[in-house]
Amino acid sequence: MTWQSYVQLALYLGVLIGLSFPLGKFMAHVFEGKVRWFAPLERAFYWLAGTREDRDMNWKQYAWAAMMFNLLGLLAVFVLQMFQQQLPVNTENLPPPSWHLALNTAISFATNTNWQAYGGETTLSYLVQMLGLTVQNFVSAATGIAVVIALIRGFSRRESAGIGNFWVDLTRGTLYVLLPLSFVLALALVSQGVVQTMSPYQKAEFIEAQTIETPVKNDSGEPVLDADGKPVTEKTIVKEQTIAVGPAASQVAIKQLGTNGGGFFNVNSAHPLENATPLSNFMQVLAILIISGGLCIAFGELVKDRRQGIAMLAAMTIVLVALLIPCVAAEQSGNPAFAGVDQVASANQSGGNMEGKETRFGIANSALWATATTAASNGSVNSMHDSYTPLGGMVPMWLMQLGEIIFGGVGSGLYGMLVFALVAVFIAGLMVGRTPEYLGKKIQAHEMKMASLAILIPAGAVLVGTALACVSDWGLAGRANPGAHGFSEILYAYSSAGNNNGSAFAGLTVNTLGYDLSLGAAMLLGRFGPMLAVLAIAGSLAAKKTVTPGPGTLPTHTPLFVGLLIGTVLLVGALTFVPALALGPIVEHLLMVKP
Amino acid sequence: MISSIRPAIVLLVLFTVLTGAAYPLLVTGVSQVIFPHQANGSLIREGDRVRGSALIGQPFGEPGRFWSRPSATGPHGYNAGASSGSNAGPTNPAFLQAVKDRVAALHDAEKAAGVKNDAPVPVDLVTASGSGLDPHISPAAAEYQIARVAAVSGVPERDVRELVAKYTYGRFVGLLGEPAVNVLELNLALEKLKPAP
Repeated sequence: MTWQSYVQLALYLGVLIGLSFPLGKFMAHVFEGKVRWFAPLERAFYWLAGTREDRDMNWKQYAWAAMMFNLLGLLAVFVLQMFQQQLPVNTENLPPPSWHLALNTAISFATNTNWQAYGGETTLSYLVQMLGLTVQNFVSAATGIAVVIALIRGFSRRESAGIGNFWVDLTRGTLYVLLPLSFVLALALVSQGVVQTMSPYQKAEFIEAQTIETPVKNDSGEPVLDADGKPVTEKTIVKEQTIAVGPAASQVAIKQLGTNGGGFFNVNSAHPLENATPLSNFMQVLAILIISGGLCIAFGELVKDRRQGIAMLAAMTIVLVALLIPCVAAEQSGNPAFAGVDQVASANQSGGNMEGKETRFGIANSALWATATTAASNGSVNSMHDSYTPLGGMVPMWLMQLGEIIFGGVGSGLYGMLVFALVAVFIAGLMVGRTPEYLGKKIQAHEMKMASLAILIPAGAVLVGTALACVSDWGLAGRANPGAHGFSEILYAYSSAGNNNGSAFAGLTVNTLGYDLSLGAAMLLGRFGPMLAVLAIAGSLAAKKTVTPGPGTLPTHTPLFVGLLIGTVLLVGALTFVPALALGPIVEHLLMVKP
Repeated sequence: MISSIRPAIVLLVLFTVLTGAAYPLLVTGVSQVIFPHQANGSLIREGDRVRGSALIGQPFGEPGRFWSRPSATGPHGYNAGASSGSNAGPTNPAFLQAVKDRVAALHDAEKAAGVKNDAPVPVDLVTASGSGLDPHISPAAAEYQIARVAAVSGVPERDVRELVAKYTYGRFVGLLGEPAVNVLELNLALEKLKPAP
């Protein structure tokens, strides 16, 4: 690696941590109701919706509201896709996708997963991208933030039945956090060359015309065979390059900030018109983690103990760095099977494993993105994870399997990490024989049951889904690569869906009935299972008294606790997934280095 | 539960208008005014002709021009209407064979041009990019091709080298990203230096 690579990675972490603090403090103000920039608009929203900002909900009402809103959004995206040809702003006259692909995409956006079984520029009209996908990018992210704010109220309130008002939290998160940040980021991205236009696709002359051979088909659509039984082909000369454009920047900005990750174009942020320059890349990869980092700080502010938030941010950052380093190293080491190819980094090239990576990003920025996008439940990519070295590709896979809590999805990352914090204090309590407490609340059987469910439901969806696909014809048929790598593709897909990430080992053909439905089910379980469990915890904690910390209370802001929390996360992640990983990336690595 | 229905519908409609229509249209309007070139795809125009986009690569395989990176888009390379990577795994035999063939194709072109080049091939020149539309090659990959391009095109090597330097984009503020050579811009400029046939 060149020195610039190290400096870029350090700069990234520095800016990320540095910006988390002011953003976190601002978000705490927003959810305390102290930010009132758009107060008249806010009041109009509540009045039309028939709610009031001081009307508290208990956890069941809160959960119903969140579920109802997300399912309605799901339905809207589904309907928009099915009728895209009848609706306006379909400049390329794209037909509707199959019902199961449309359902999969609708689930994927309503659950903040943004799994791309569709190929943006070849499947969806501008109208669907805007009214369907962009809207869900905002509101599914705002839902995640609302739920973690409700959980934080569970810690900070005493003997209260209510945990806040979902509609108010949803509105404030969208109006004051997501919209302003997206607007600024979108314009900054356009300045770098990310497209933002309602015009149809552009045409350019090829300097070297391309000859393509297409099989000739008879009237019934069967390929015509010649005397030797080979398909007859005809040559076509292509003189023009079609350049897909569209309102991309506005969607890309929120896809990163809201940890959604669904690309405007098929190849997501590897596409030069979706991520044009190293600077646009830096802004986007920063946007992936910034709100999740800021929410840790907001958590500290809202529970009136800043050290608690810093401890969360520290635990997340340590795991991120610890996994970033092996990912960069594995990719930089290149492919040992190449002969006569220069893979060494120098001032003139980044070297390393460049298959599926863009020249302008090189190894360091691609591996950084792969780590960040899977630490968060973002899932956008600026390089193709399927072409990573086995160990380089294992890092993003395992980061997802940890449950998307290393920064994680906006809101869902922190509530997932807080669930692990409850497990960590519980384990510590067992060791010293005391009733565990966290932030002054006693952690009892009910909370532990819910915490276990929040951890086990996504893990179960991943492993059961993978197993199911591996013994089914439709599952095996989707693989693009032979051997252990094919298994990795399937494992990656369910890890991504079950944890609402959305990135893929994209060689896997998933636009089939079996995958669309099973991955859709994994996304729903992985989103709403933990969300309901967390809201149940929030309700039960809010109803409890606060106990004053005694000499036997485990402090939860110390390096000792950060270590304990990391240990718990890694232990659960390793015990659950190492056997599966051994069959995929680990075997492939051993085969690659010793063929 | 029933009480959630009205706010759910109302807020979904309001947010659809706000974030699905007002927001993207406002961004479009502002972008079209302050960054019209970038917002429309950074197109390279010569009079009425659109020669390409400065951000989107084109396929080049003639020995007198700089070759782009391999592209995995279909049905032909650099199809900017359907971006795609190869998604080939690192141990996939078909992929390893393809890389071997690409190395051989470069050596064949050199032999045909009467150029001797024993240097190992820079990796980006024989691997497909993630987008299939990468407009760049590394400076190492450009350097590797200079002798061949000069020999076949008839443009003196010194001038070719100057052009490469001109279209090499450094790291942002010397730090972010990787240095890269824009192949389309380079070949368009090279076209103008070629001696008349």
